[in-house]
Order: sequence, then structure tokens, then C-alpha cells
Amino acid sequence: MSPTRVTARSNPLRDPRDKRLPRIAGPCSMVMFGVTGDLARKKLMPAIYDLANRGLLPPGFSLVGFARRDWEDQDFGKIVYEAVRQYARTPFREEVWRSLAEGIRFVPGAFDDDAAFDLLAETVAELDEQRGTGGNHAFYLSIPPGSFATVCEQLERSGLSAPQQGAWRRVVIEKPFGHDLESARELNAVVEGVFPADCVFRIDHYLGKETVQNLLAVRFANTMFEPVWNNRYVDHVQITMAEDIGIGGRAGYYDGIGAARDVIQNHLLQLLALTAMEEPVSFDAHNVRLEKEKVLSAVTLPDDLATGTARGQYAAGWQGGDKVVGYLQEDGVAAGSRTETYAAVRLGVDSRRWAGVPFYLRTGKRLGKRVTEIAVVFTRAPHLPFNDTATEELGQNAVVIRVQPDEGVTLRFGAKVPGAQMEVRDVSMDFGYGRSFTESSPEAYERLILDVLLGEPPLFPRHEEVEQSWRILDPVERYWSRKGATPDQYAAGTWGPASADDLMHRDGREWRLP
Amino acid sequence: MIVDLPNTTTAAVSKRLVQLRADTGAMALSRVLTLVVVVTDDAAEDAIEVANDASRQHPCRIIVVVTGNRRGAARLDGQIRVGGDAGASEIVVLRLYGPLATHGKSVATPLLLADSPIVVWWPKDAPKAPSADPIGAMGQRRITDSARTEGAPRTVLKRLATAYSPGDTDLAWSRVTHWRALLAAALDQPPYEPVTEAVVVAAPDSPSGHLLAGWLAARLRCPTSIARSRAGTGVISVRLARASGTVDLVRPEDGNTSVLSQPGQPERTLALPHRSDAECLADELRRLDPDEVYAESLATGLATVSATSRTASEAVRAGLAPSPAEALATTTRLRRSARALGSSAVVDKMPMPSEAASSESVKEAAAARLAEVKERRS
Repeated sequence: MSPTRVTARSNPLRDPRDKRLPRIAGPCSMVMFGVTGDLARKKLMPAIYDLANRGLLPPGFSLVGFARRDWEDQDFGKIVYEAVRQYARTPFREEVWRSLAEGIRFVPGAFDDDAAFDLLAETVAELDEQRGTGGNHAFYLSIPPGSFATVCEQLERSGLSAPQQGAWRRVVIEKPFGHDLESARELNAVVEGVFPADCVFRIDHYLGKETVQNLLAVRFANTMFEPVWNNRYVDHVQITMAEDIGIGGRAGYYDGIGAARDVIQNHLLQLLALTAMEEPVSFDAHNVRLEKEKVLSAVTLPDDLATGTARGQYAAGWQGGDKVVGYLQEDGVAAGSRTETYAAVRLGVDSRRWAGVPFYLRTGKRLGKRVTEIAVVFTRAPHLPFNDTATEELGQNAVVIRVQPDEGVTLRFGAKVPGAQMEVRDVSMDFGYGRSFTESSPEAYERLILDVLLGEPPLFPRHEEVEQSWRILDPVERYWSRKGATPDQYAAGTWGPASADDLMHRDGREWRLP
Repeated sequence: MIVDLPNTTTAAVSKRLVQLRADTGAMALSRVLTLVVVVTDDAAEDAIEVANDASRQHPCRIIVVVTGNRRGAARLDGQIRVGGDAGASEIVVLRLYGPLATHGKSVATPLLLADSPIVVWWPKDAPKAPSADPIGAMGQRRITDSARTEGAPRTVLKRLATAYSPGDTDLAWSRVTHWRALLAAALDQPPYEPVTEAVVVAAPDSPSGHLLAGWLAARLRCPTSIARSRAGTGVISVRLARASGTVDLVRPEDGNTSVLSQPGQPERTLALPHRSDAECLADELRRLDPDEVYAESLATGLATVSATSRTASEAVRAGLAPSPAEALATTTRLRRSARALGSSAVVDKMPMPSEAASSESVKEAAAARLAEVKERRS
């Protein structure tokens, strides 16, 4: 008997039936730009610790921080330590921390400083020798998009973007991917000019892979939803992402961008694509992406943008017991700013499945509560063998996919109210992931970072999808800027401006109360 | 909340469960499985705690069948724990006395959740043939723990192998998942050469070591042997021999840190903590289909593993196994050489670094550091 062959493709110790075995990333390090930011402290560093704690990081994994600070390695270690202690999801274990701490390095530097990037290149090379990271390095650009170009050029100049034979270099960027079609193309040219397309990971943390996969499972692993998932039974679809917070300290980023670019372009259009797409041939990233691109290319705007869109700006008001200021009074917002903090739009999908079914997308800040959901609202039964009084309280059936918080699915349907009278009223049947499965599911960033290190093609947008979504949104933005007027004001803590309600009323529909 | 129901019937327990549910809201409606724990009185509390912990990841109904004294009159004592005393689950403890003690199945049956899978777990002393056991036969999945079953591990595992039926699994197997993952990850990397020999060093009382060796033998189809370390030390090391050198994974005794060495690569340390029972049980509940890889390792793999009488130190001296003492030294050396090091106690006391930074000082720092690194590396 000869020993089993081992090749790059077939590892005898891996077996598709062996579902226990986690995929551990190969030797690698992560270089993080923007380590002083909130995201890095609250999400990225804790996620890395959690991955280490779950045994999913390779031996010798190293974390290099890059920032405009005069710090030593141990200073950065302290930053990571505090972030881990405060925000990590899994319990603190001394031995996990110590082996992580051994690989922590810090490079002080500004983005325009050649010496700093040379130092980074040396640091990374040293890690390969000392800790066996094997020339594999991921660059996480947790920095404003304005600096992408400089950093990418620097990475190229210092030779950091070019791996040796058999190694990889990957880059992770976060939304926003541009502010219109043209700038998205420019940004893409910069990044993909330095890194090949499949080494660029665009991260939309909001749409964690878990959420996407849950949605696909609900739709395609069951028989009871798909048969009614079309224009014969679906009256319309509402996709909502509401935030209860204002812009906080992000005026510099937000003012001039607005809700539509910030949220509709990426999150809501992605949710629309996942809701409306046909069944992919398989669930690998490539085929899912194909279907998403297909359905996005079939998305149409309303003929009259004046009646098919609405936008608003929050005014001062009371929210959840706090008195809050209006958008125009926030620090750093330009006087008379026309940036919208609420946007709603009615879209159509030109396909046999969806012809005539409107998709209403809305998003806003300082709304009633924080919630993201997809509501598929069904048509009324064609004939009701009850008298009017019996069904006057009966609404339309709905399948509501709650994305957050409390991820799950709600079914709404009519049931008889107990009693001598025949009376049908809406009831809810509720499923929560948190109740049926794990109480502590991995944070979206854990999966994201692991996917980057493993080189799993992400379920996240490739450049083509980003372009498609700008194609949809650009005319709306152009229309709004041409119209010029200030967005309609709505009191903080309410569900948006009256014009958004009018948008629905004109179609004889109502926004759901999420 | 803990509700005691002395000298009761399953119908009364059932009724009380429904009533508790109505009183406290819609809990227990989305339980996804029933976990039946079969245990004796002395081990019951520990088992409940472990099951409870595991259920935080998989909300389930836990039915604990406690077999008490078989003499005397038949009697059933029930206890229901819900809410704060039961984590994410609801726990029904059934204590069986007298002739009833041998009829656990009859009391568990009416309390099983409708339409959902059943998992049976024996925290101690597994039956000789789990799938032939009356309670075991009800389950889709049967979890034994060969480490806590009377008898020499090899004998116990052989017995389990003979009686194996799809759905059987063992906690000793989930205890080595991290080891398996690290070894598999090591073979993911070049050079891609077949493994010609595998040596596992493990305590003679550790079935996990045997299963690990069985797995390696089954998958790699190479001569695989086990050397004995001191009893109670668990798995100490694995060596995979290849043409270009050996892949060594060592976790020195009582340590939680392992050292991985490969030819042409610096030695690397990694936290490899001992897994708690709750973690292992939660892992078992994650998948409910038969574990073919376990079956293979248990049956075909284990049969080809040669159990030498060689002790661990003999194996190290003969150059067949990596030395734990060296691994320990490596860990200390690597820790010392790391600059940003620190036990949490040290880091805790450090002040937060200053946020202030002028462009000049940062530039100077970068330049100075660059010169330093260049000198160090040249």
C-alpha cells in the first residue's frame, strides 16, 4: 500500500464529508491602515482576536498596524489589547492573546512618506523570515477613499503589491465605492491597476455573508416560498433600512453624499438583487454574482422621477426620550446643505417574474428605530367567501425577512379572532435565528476577514455590480441636484417626510411600520 | 425557575411544561432538537451543566434520564428547569427508581419534541452497542465518551467500532478537532509530498490519541504508530515524515500553546487550548448527519495503527517523535524575542499611548526605524 498522494489540489487530510474540520488560513499577515479609527478598534481588532480564539488563524499570524503616530510595537499592542478586552465577542484567554501579541508590529508613517512604506516592506519581509508568514499579506484599507490612490501607488512603488511566486497579496476596501458611476470607475482603475481583480475584496460589512446566505437558503432551499415569489402573487416589495442615529461626527463624510449614495446604492440594491434574482446555477460566488448582475441590469427607474422618488432631511425633534438637533444644526454641516438624510425610490424589475411589481426602497437617519428588513407583500385573495365586516381588519399577507436586529423571518396572515362572531385579523408567525440556532453567531467581520485570508471569493460585489448600481442611481441623483430645492423636512424620530408617504399613497399603498 | 415534581408521571410533567410555557411567554417554541442525557445519579449535575452550556449555541430541550437505585418500588421523580436556571434550553430531569430504572425509553418518549431530531448522550460509561440501546435507538445521533468509559481505550474503541452504526460519534473525537485542523492546514502548503510515516505521542489512557492516529492512518495510508506518554497527559505530539523533512506539532504537557515546525519555515507557536466538554458537545450538536470520517478512523484506520510499547521519551531519543522539552524552550524563546509582547497583566498596566502626533515626528520615527531595520537585516 503506497501512501496517499498529496497535491496542491488534493489534501488527503481534507474530506468534503468532514464538516467538523474548520478551514484555517494559510501562513499570512494582515497589514491594517487606519488603526486609529473607530472601525479598526471596535470591529476589526476584536474580530481578529475572535478568529484566533476560535483557532482559525494560522500559526505565526501577524498583525501590522500603520498610522500617523509615533508609536512602538508595544504601544500598538496596547491599543489592540484594549480593543480586544472591550469589544471581543469570545472570552479572553491568556494563551491566545500571547500568541497573537507576538506577531504585533507597528509602522509609523504618513501616506505620502516613501520611507514609511519602505519600512513597511522591510517589516513585512522580516515577518516572513521570523514568523513564517510566507510572503502572504492582506492590506486592509480602513481609510477615507480619498487616500486609496496614494496608498495603492505607495504599495506598488515599494513592491508590496507584487507577490513572489506562489504567494499572494490582497487588498480590502470598504464602501463607498465612489460617489457616481464615473468616480467608481476611476477608483476601480486605481485599485485594479495595482491589484488584480480577484485580489480586491470590496467589503460591505452590513451585508455579512451570513445574512446573504440565510436569505438564499430561505428562498431556494424551501418549496413553500418560491412558487409564490412572482408577480402573480406578490403585490409589491418594500425594502427598508432605517437608522435611529443621526450623522454623529461624520458630517465631513456624509454632507454632500447623502442617504441614497450611502445606503441605497450598495445595501438596498444588494438586498433587492438577492430578493429578486433567479435561482443561480450553484451557490459559488461566481454564479451568484452572475444572477445578481442580471437582475440589477433589469432594474428600471420610474418614468417620472418627481412622483417616483422622495427625499428628506431630519429636523430637530424628540427621539426615544432625547431631544436631538436637526441635520442642518449638526456640527460640520454646511449652512443650507441640500444633502438628503432620507431617500425613497420606486423601482421596477423588467422580467417575466417581476413585471408590474414595484420595489419600494427607503432609507433614512433619525427614523423611528433601527431596523433593516425586506417585506414581500402579497396580493389580496381574489375572492373572500366572508362578508365585509368579517375581513375588514384583514391586511395583505406578507413574508418579512428581518435582516437586523433580531435576524429572522415573520409571516403575516389572517386568523379568526376567537369568539362567536366571524372576524379575521392579521397575526404573525415568527422565526428568529437567535432562538433556533446559535446565540452567539460570528460577527460579520470575522467571516469577512477569514474569507480574505482564505482567498474565498467573497459574495460581495465585484466592480460590475458596483457599476450597475451607479447606473440605477445616477439619474436620480442628477434629477435631485437639478431640482435644487432643499429636501423635505421631517421631525427626528418619525418615519420620514410626508412626500414619502405620498409616494406610496399615489399607488394606493402604505409603508409598513417596521 | 426550578419546579420539583416528586413521585409523578410523564403526563404531569408534560402538562406542567405547557403551563410554564404559557406563563412565561413563547419560550421553547423554536427548539430545534431534543437532547437525551442518560446518566447515573453521581454524574448528573455535571452533565446537566455541560449540556446547558452547549445548549446556548443550540437551543434544545434537554431530557436527563437519571437511573437511580434499582431496588424498591417503581417511582419517577421529575424536575423542570426553565429560564435563568436553564440557559437557552428547558431541562427536564427524570429520576427513575426500582423496576422503572431499566425503562428510560418509556419515560423519555412522551417528552420528545415533535418533528425534530433526537440526540442521545452518555456522559459516562457508554453502552456496549449504542445503537442497540433502547434509548440510543431513538436517536439520530448517539454521543459516547470513550474517555469516561470503563476499560482500556483501545478495547473501548474496538467495541464501539464493532457496534458502529451511522450516527454514532464520540467526544474523544471532537477533542482532537483542533489538532486535525492544524495538521490539515500544514498539508495545504507546499511542498506537496506524500507523508511516509506518522507518529502520535499520547497518553495510554487517551482514546483521543488513538482516534487521531486512526484518522491519520486512514487518510494518509502510511505506517502510523503511537508512543506512550505519561497517563493523563492527553495528546502530546504528532510527527508527519515526508521526503523533505518532518512536520511536527507539539503541545507540551499541561500547556495550552503548541509549536509547529516544518522544514524551511521558522518555528511557529499557536494557542491550542484543551477543549471543554461543553465546546465538544456543542460541536456534536452542530451536525446531525452521520460522521463518515469518524467511522473510517475508528474502524479501518485504528485497525492499522501499531501500538508500540515504546514510551514517549524512548521515541524522542530514537528520533521518531519531536521533543516536548525543546518545544517548550522554543515557546519561551519566541516569546522573549517578540517585542510587542506581554502577558495581559503587563499590558494592563501600560499607559494608553499618546494620540498626539506631528507629521515631522512621525516622519523622523519612520526614517529612524527604517535605518535600524535595514542594519539589523543586512
